[in-house]
Amino acid sequence: MMSTSNTGFDSGNVNVSASAEELEVLQTSVASALTRHAYGEHALFSIRLAIEEAVMNAIRHGNLSDPAKTVEARWSVGAESATFHIIDQGEGFDPAAVPDPTLDENLEIPSGRGLMLIRAYMHEVRHHGLGNHLEMTFRREAVA
Amino acid sequence: MASETPRLRCSSQGSVLVVEFSDRDVLDDVAIRQINSELVRQIEAAKTVHVLICFRGVEHLSSAALGTLITVNSLVKKRSGQLRLSNIKGTILEVFRITKLDRLFQIHDTSEQALAAFPKS
Repeated sequence: MMSTSNTGFDSGNVNVSASAEELEVLQTSVASALTRHAYGEHALFSIRLAIEEAVMNAIRHGNLSDPAKTVEARWSVGAESATFHIIDQGEGFDPAAVPDPTLDENLEIPSGRGLMLIRAYMHEVRHHGLGNHLEMTFRREAVA
Repeated sequence: MASETPRLRCSSQGSVLVVEFSDRDVLDDVAIRQINSELVRQIEAAKTVHVLICFRGVEHLSSAALGTLITVNSLVKKRSGQLRLSNIKGTILEVFRITKLDRLFQIHDTSEQALAAFPKS
């Protein structure tokens, strides 16, 4: 679902199932809104990657790929910033306990890079509640 | 000899298996699982020991795809070969730098430069 408010924000929400088949609908809707607000190519790349990583983390590590569970993705895109809420139905986690994948001893471990990419590409990243609600914001003025 | 699977285009150049992606986005889980199994099958069936993965045309890459590259790197090393990467677009190269995987992988601007860097058999 998608709407445009009279405050100039485009917003929407998509429930993503364990198969992630709704993810492309989410990505396409967000990309259309970003393009409407004239975000640049690098912003589109950054946000697409962050959404991919956040939703896939929520499905895999939050909902443990349980087909009975969904991930709620809410988004809002305005002229100056774009904010996303990714909420899973899992038991949460401690973001501080995620190992640093860039350490030499972790460099050859195939997984564990999603959260660090989200932090690298988005300007604000917050975890709410037990850790199963991720809020991330891309600020346009922060782009060089 | 060249071969094409739904997700990959593969050919042999001397002692090197050259792999290119058919898709511009290497993001979603289903595609990455297919790429992973196709790559492992191609490498295990190849008479060559070295592998070049050329990213020409690839626009997006997720952390799951990076995981596949790490798995392939381990497999190639186990076979006493080398994995080299080439033709990586600037935005994707940034992903390698952020994750510090540019320290793990040998990355070249072009496939020609990568091919020239493999040991001569």
